Amino acid sequence: MAAPQIKAVAPIAAPDIVAMSGVRFAWSSRDSFRLAIDDFTLQEGERLLLIGPSGSGKSTFLSLLTGIVTPQAGCINILDTDIAKLSGAARDRFRGEHFGIIFQMFNLLPYGSVIDNVLLPLSFSSERRKRATAKGSAEAEAARLLTELGIEVSLIAGASAASLSVGQQQRVAAARALIGAPPIIIADEPTSSLDRNRQQAFLDLLFAVVAEAGATLVMVSHDESLAPRFSRVAPLTDIARTERGGGQS
Amino acid sequence: MIILRLAWQSLANRWLTATLTILAIAVSVMLLIGVEKVRTGARQSFADTISGTDLIVGARSGALNLLLYSVFRIGNATNNITWKTYQEISKAPDIDWIVPISLGDSHHGFRVMGTTTDYFKRYHYRRTHTLEFAEGKPFSDLFDAVIGADVAAQLGYKIGDRIIVAHGLGSTGFLEHDDKPFRVSGILAKTGTPVDRTVHVSLEAIEAIHVDWQSGARIPGQSVSADEVRKMDLTPTAITAALIGLKSKLAIFRLQRAINEYRVEPLSAILPGATLQELWGLVGTAETALAAVSAMVVVTALLGMVTMILTTLNERRREMAILRSVGARPATILSLLVAEAALLIVLGALTGIVLLYATLIGLQPYIDRVYGLYIAIEPLKSSELISLGAIVLAGVLAGLLPALHAYRLSLADGMTVRN
Repeated sequence: MAAPQIKAVAPIAAPDIVAMSGVRFAWSSRDSFRLAIDDFTLQEGERLLLIGPSGSGKSTFLSLLTGIVTPQAGCINILDTDIAKLSGAARDRFRGEHFGIIFQMFNLLPYGSVIDNVLLPLSFSSERRKRATAKGSAEAEAARLLTELGIEVSLIAGASAASLSVGQQQRVAAARALIGAPPIIIADEPTSSLDRNRQQAFLDLLFAVVAEAGATLVMVSHDESLAPRFSRVAPLTDIARTERGGGQS
Repeated sequence: MIILRLAWQSLANRWLTATLTILAIAVSVMLLIGVEKVRTGARQSFADTISGTDLIVGARSGALNLLLYSVFRIGNATNNITWKTYQEISKAPDIDWIVPISLGDSHHGFRVMGTTTDYFKRYHYRRTHTLEFAEGKPFSDLFDAVIGADVAAQLGYKIGDRIIVAHGLGSTGFLEHDDKPFRVSGILAKTGTPVDRTVHVSLEAIEAIHVDWQSGARIPGQSVSADEVRKMDLTPTAITAALIGLKSKLAIFRLQRAINEYRVEPLSAILPGATLQELWGLVGTAETALAAVSAMVVVTALLGMVTMILTTLNERRREMAILRSVGARPATILSLLVAEAALLIVLGALTGIVLLYATLIGLQPYIDRVYGLYIAIEPLKSSELISLGAIVLAGVLAGLLPALHAYRLSLADGMTVRN
């Protein structure tokens, strides 16, 4: 079921890693926000930038993509698995195995050490643990990623995540997303809390490690100036139709 | 495992509220088990006050009243037994020993009891303990008195001190037998029973100080001096009650019935143990109320814990979103929160037990001294272990409440934290 590992980036020839069709979703308990995706595909190795203002349904889209919520109709094929048909537990396991996720902010468990934060996904994914320990210990792999992302060695060993700067926290979060080489990296506005210079530096590092791991990247942002770095840029409105029905209570 | 370590670090990060929660649970557990310990301790202490006495005989009255005034020096006798009747009873073949007691006078609030020197041999407490003299010896002269340990300690008496007995039981009685002072001949060792708060004199002495009295007052114009009274016949005319030991326990009920049916005079004979049971029946309601109050305190502490977890939940939603993003199931988050509640409650219960035993060990001598209650320090009984288990179970169930809330939040939050 795992897609062939293609190191070289070849967007045209690459197979679809994500294919959604006929997806209909509504949050049941809250407002009458609805989202529909008729057809969406993502090819292996793509770097997709999704543009949209806040409240446009980006988070809902990411929740569907990562299987945190399931649609009322339609299929969401990821690596040839329709996650809409998986049980809740299987979806959680699938997410742990195949996705690395970077949040906008507050990415880390603040009281945990840097290394524990990075190693956390390996507790939930045997595949990623296997890959992370292929060349040595998981700790060594975490240290390698952190060093590559520019975290000083002295911070790796002992520091608690809360003592890091925001920029450092985002880089630790990137290392957590990347450890064990999950095929798909999701980044939800990872640079919005950074200033311009640090944004660029962070993206440079992120792109480098994503390319090295051969992963597919989906990033969500409201900042169109980031567009040139990506292989594909799409406003969310091109992918999904959203609707806030009347008669909200 | 990393997830458990992170959960522990999360709790450690909130150590102040966690510690206060544990303390609240600890105090409530201490109260609940402590009330039980004091209750059983008080019962044991009461039961230990009189041992080896099979029957107590007094004028006809309620069994409880007779027990309370004859042994615990609480309340008053309604009537006396004539000396003639006492002698009749003491001839019963089943009787091994019989000790008469005569109450009604006091000394600075401590009761004065007339008896015979047999009392010091026959009275047993805490099953097998007999009375011992810390100093001095039993009364031998007519105006000798033997005082309990508390009397000696509180009034600062030594052997040879002169004391004046007051008529009646008021602590400031102005009707005093000041013409016939007593001399302290002995001081009893501490027993933890009402004996410590009693002044013992001979039956003849009780008779002697009342020769020139009638109906609770001095007979006007008649005054018998202490020296004159020694020459008089001081055989008592009446006593208040008598303690009886039997040769065989099998005879208890036979003799009890015989005494209760005694024709010449209306009498009551009671079994001290059975009468104590009657007392527990009466105070049972108060004990239940006390237990209910301490149970409510436990409930309050558990509610406090739930509140503490709930209030921190909002700031922990990000933590849960992160755990979900790396593949944690909502069930994992649920169990982490339940485990946290379980940890708090178990630590609270253990702390409570440690505090309880520390308090018991610390206060035991004080309670014994001041209240005459000897609280035995024993390991937890099975009923107390069951209470503890019920508290832990209730705590875990209460912990489900915030856990289910977190579960729902983590399902609804999805990838982001909505506020």
